[in-house]
Parts: sequence; structure tokens; C-alpha cells
Amino acid sequence: MSPLIQDLIEKAVVVLVVFGGLLGVFSLCTLIERRVLAFMQFRLGPNRTGPQGLFQPVADGIKLFFKEEFIPAGANKLLFVLAPAVAVVTAFMSTAIVSYGGALTVPALSFLPEWLQGRVIELQIADLDVGILYLFALSSLGVYGVVMAGWASNNKYALVGGLRSSAQMFSYELALGLSWVPVILVTNSFRLPEIVAGQAGWFWNWNCFALFPAFLVYVVAGTAEANRTPFDLPEAETELVAGFHTEYSSMKFALLQMAEYVNMITISALGANMFLGGANTGLPFLPPTAAFGLVGFLAFAAKVAGFLFFFFWLRGTLPRFRYDQLMHFGWKVLVPVAACFILVVAGVVAALA
Amino acid sequence: MIESVLFYTFAALALVSAVVVIAQKSPFYSAFGLIVVLCSLSGIFAVLGSPFIAVIQLVVYAGAIMVLFLFVLMLLNVQRETDDVGGSAPLRLAAAALASAFAAQVAAVIARARIVSGPEQYEASTRKVAELLFSPAFLYVFEATSILILAALVGAIVLAKRDL
Repeated sequence: MSPLIQDLIEKAVVVLVVFGGLLGVFSLCTLIERRVLAFMQFRLGPNRTGPQGLFQPVADGIKLFFKEEFIPAGANKLLFVLAPAVAVVTAFMSTAIVSYGGALTVPALSFLPEWLQGRVIELQIADLDVGILYLFALSSLGVYGVVMAGWASNNKYALVGGLRSSAQMFSYELALGLSWVPVILVTNSFRLPEIVAGQAGWFWNWNCFALFPAFLVYVVAGTAEANRTPFDLPEAETELVAGFHTEYSSMKFALLQMAEYVNMITISALGANMFLGGANTGLPFLPPTAAFGLVGFLAFAAKVAGFLFFFFWLRGTLPRFRYDQLMHFGWKVLVPVAACFILVVAGVVAALA
Repeated sequence: MIESVLFYTFAALALVSAVVVIAQKSPFYSAFGLIVVLCSLSGIFAVLGSPFIAVIQLVVYAGAIMVLFLFVLMLLNVQRETDDVGGSAPLRLAAAALASAFAAQVAAVIARARIVSGPEQYEASTRKVAELLFSPAFLYVFEATSILILAALVGAIVLAKRDL
């Protein structure tokens, strides 16, 4: 078999596994979020369907499939149908750049074809030269899903939700992008594998310690970018019914939800890669390549799970921002802090060089 | 082979949506057509081996500028164009003359263009673009442009707020 075909097969398998894995994590997230929230509010949460409610996402999926697909009479049909697709496609496309915990080494088992034995499989779909800039581009495109949904619904609450959401994502994208710059300056590369490799060794080499202000800005701006509480103003059910997805039902609603959760997973995975050492365990005697690379993958998965739990925890703890507070906080606190920290890091890097 | 297929796909998409931009009566469809044009241009840049320009195209034009366009359209609730073209006969004549002058210009540029059989090979990595941009040849132009944009930003704020 020619090397090109081998590479194609490998990439196809990685793409399918990542896609399936993300769908699995998404559906698990919907369940775990409800269970965690319930636990925090002294309730039980959905625990009837299957052991510990494990089949609840399946039941939800079936329910959503059989609900009535409703398009409002005054809606712009084309954009109304297109909006969830745009949201989901951009959300899934941005996951291509994420490094899912180093590389796996295929064990040299005799029943495997020879080219597969000992092959190193990078757990990343595309290792682009522009690296995280690609993610920045796609997250700015992801705004369109929300804008289209809000406008096409022909509903004033949806429109206000869409407007708010785009203004919010726009403002916090800036802070998010600025929080990446110190990491890029320190690593001297846009590529995620190099950023992860730069944090090898003991856990105090992780960027979240040396670049703590950037990490803080990243977490806050990332929460806003994923439209999670306390930044879930696009939905703000007390004032806007349900914001931009007020008029959506059935699978279209499910797709919008899916896009939101996938964005949250991407933010978590990226944060784990950029600030928490990615596949690195933080212990030099336990390298991420140990046990065929499984150690690295598990370390990465644990960090992502930590991030996701943090997002659930926030939702159970904090009230929602008011809109002017949100804009004030984004532009007058986060952006200046991130920009000043870039100056500091750039000065230190230039002085050391 | 794969590159040509991708190139022609993106080029066709860009052309079709460019026609949509000017042929549509609804300003919303025009705006979305323009977004598709910009995305396909970005795809062409990526196929030509310049990922940095491709991504910047998406971030700046498709991501930032078009969102502002849509904001204005949404806030003003712009209606569909009516069929009436408007304007008097001399105005229409002037418009036709300007349009043909523009077409002649475009034709002249295309006629002068050096058509090469494929993309010329040169490294267009992020590092190369940065080195070029911050080289003495472009550095002052680049910095002057940023000051210009900053001035425009301050000007817009002053105009919008009146009292600071």
C-alpha cells in the first residue's frame, strides 16, 4: 500500500473517531451537567433512564426527533433552516485544530498489517502552520449562525438575542485572542503541538502558572465565547424568552444546542492544550508517550473534564451579568488587562533573547 | 489534481455568490452572498499555499467587517429593494458610461496579467509573512496604516459620543 493511501486511511479514521467522540462527549455533557446542577441544588436530576440516567441523552434525542418541526409563518425559511447548520458546521470545523493529547503508538501486534505496527498516530486532524489563528477565524464565523437564527425567526426577542449574542461574542473574541498572544510569544509558534511540547517537564512549567493573567482572561473570555453562565445573555430567559433560539424546535433546536456544547468542549480542550500542558502529565518521570501514548491522552482528557466541570459549576453558582456590565467588563477590564500583560511578556521575552 | 478541483470549486462558488450579491433584492441575501465570496477567496488562498492570508481574510473580512454590515442591516431593518431603478435618463446614461469605463479597466488589467500555468512555488508560512511585513521595506507603511486606523477609530468615537 502506498504511503499516501496509508496516510489517508489514518486521517479518515482520526476524523471519524474525533467526530464520534465529540458527539459522545456532547451527549454525556448534557446528562452530567444536569446531574451536577441537581447535586448542587440538592436534587437528584435525571437518574431513571438506565444506570444513573446514562441513557437519558438517547431518550432526549429520540424525543427531539419526533417533535414537530415548526417554522414560523413570517420567518425567512432559507436562513431559518441554514442557521443551525452554520452553527454546527463551524463548531465542528474548529475542533480540527485541537490536539487531543499527543500521539498514540500502535503496538507491534502480529495480526496487524506491517505498515500499522509501531505507527505513530497524531491525535490531531490538521496541524496547520497558522495553528490557533484558524480557530480564531472559525469562531468569528460561528457568530453568523446566531445572527442568522435571530434575524430569520422574525421575532423581536430572537432578534434582540441574536444582536446581543453577536455583540458579546465579538467583544470577548478580542479578549480571547489577546489572551493567546503571551502563549505564542513564549512558545514562538502558532502550532498547538509545539505549544504543548513547550510545557513539558514538571507541572510548574505549565503556562497557567507563568502566564496566570492570560489564563484568567482566557477562562473568562472563553466562558463568554461559549455563551455559558454568567455570560448567557443571548438566552437570558427572564427577559428574552430564550433569545436567538426562541422559535426553534425539534432537531434544529438540538443542533443549536449541539453547536453550543461543541464550542464549550473546544474551549476546554484548547485551554487544556495552551495553559494546562495538554498531554503532559506534569511529572517528568511519566512522559505522555508512556503506555503507547495512553498516558498523555488520559492526562489531556482529565484536564478537559476539569474545565467542563468548572463550566457546570459556574452555572450552578453565579447569576447572570446585566448587559451594560457585560460590555463594560469586556472592553474596560478584560481587554486592557490582556493588552498590558502582552506588553509585559513581550518585554520579558525581548530582554531574555 | 486535488488542488485544481478545489481551486475551480472555490472560484465557481465565489463567482456565483458575487452575482448573488449584486442581483439580490434583499440586502440580507446580498450580505450573506458577500460572506460566501470572502470565504471562497479564503479557500483559494489556502489552496495556493498561503494559510496565513486565508485565515486573516476570514478573521478580518468575513468575521469582523461583515458582522458590522449585518448589524447595520438588522438595526435599521432595511427593506427589500423595489423594482423601480430610479434616476433620470442623463443619470442612467452617466451610470452606463462609468460602468463601461470600469469594465474597460478590468479588461485592461486582465489583458496585462501574466498568466502562469500554476501557482508559483514559494514559502508563505506565517513566519515568512511576518518577516516581510516587518522588513524595512514595509515596516513604515505598515505602522502608518495602523496609526491611520487608530485615528479613524478615535474619530468615530468622537463623532458618535460628542461629549466624552
